[in-house]
Amino acid sequence: MWIFLATEVMFFGGMFLGYAVYRAMYPTAFAEASRHLDVWLGGINTAVLLCSSLTMALAVHAAQLGARRTVAIFLVATIILASVFLGIKAFEYYHKYEEHLIPGAVFEFPGENANHAQLFFSFYFAMTGMHALHMVIGIGVMLIMIALALRGRFSPEYYFPVEMTGLYWHFVDIVWVFLFPLLYLVDRS
Amino acid sequence: MQEHIHEHIVVDTKKYYLVFAALMILMAVTVGVAYIHLGRLNVFAALTIAFIKATLIILYFMHVRYSSRLLWVFVAAGFFWLGIMFALSFSDYLTRDWLPRPTGWESE
Repeated sequence: MWIFLATEVMFFGGMFLGYAVYRAMYPTAFAEASRHLDVWLGGINTAVLLCSSLTMALAVHAAQLGARRTVAIFLVATIILASVFLGIKAFEYYHKYEEHLIPGAVFEFPGENANHAQLFFSFYFAMTGMHALHMVIGIGVMLIMIALALRGRFSPEYYFPVEMTGLYWHFVDIVWVFLFPLLYLVDRS
Repeated sequence: MQEHIHEHIVVDTKKYYLVFAALMILMAVTVGVAYIHLGRLNVFAALTIAFIKATLIILYFMHVRYSSRLLWVFVAAGFFWLGIMFALSFSDYLTRDWLPRPTGWESE
């Protein structure tokens, strides 16, 4: 699992690198574009995702103790929090659509840095989009874990799948821990 | 616990709540700091806090703190290669303008 996560680090790392390089090249355009993101929504989503990491940690804890119903309850809580995150993200995307900030033919941005701002939004949608896709996959895996837990497939001796699901979920959380300040916060002052 | 081949230490849930509280506080700090004008230090502050948060998650939520040294190597390797990728890429992009283009080269 950790080897898989290392490949995931490189996968997201590539996008972070691209973002960092272009940010270094066009700092003003990226700063202007970054201010079009909603810090409140991003901040609430960060809190929601951190909560979901806590419920996931508690689910793994329950699995270690062999409390199968508690495992299911905490996994359901994690899925609910993940859905809240994705809902807020969808609202943000819709807002960007209304403001013509989705890169492409209808992209509109005030000022002379429109092209470079479009680059920022390309990174924004690619990175948050891939992150959201990872969350959707995580929700799918959690649904399977709930079914297995309720059927009594896990015990204090064997809860490996729940633990691996937890590792994956915490990784997704860590990606957001870096995405939030880099996309939303860095150019606020 | 000693009968298990894979020895898993069950962490007290109190620790999870403490780590969670720390993560929330750090999140508030990183939002607050972002609005104070520090120039280039803003990026530095944001990344430092993000690394602290990531480390807390990895050590406690992901149980690395209670895992074998071998696992530590795997975790460190992931970030080590990431470091190489960033270091080599930026040693290119950030230094391109350090030397003037030699005369006689037509560009653009």
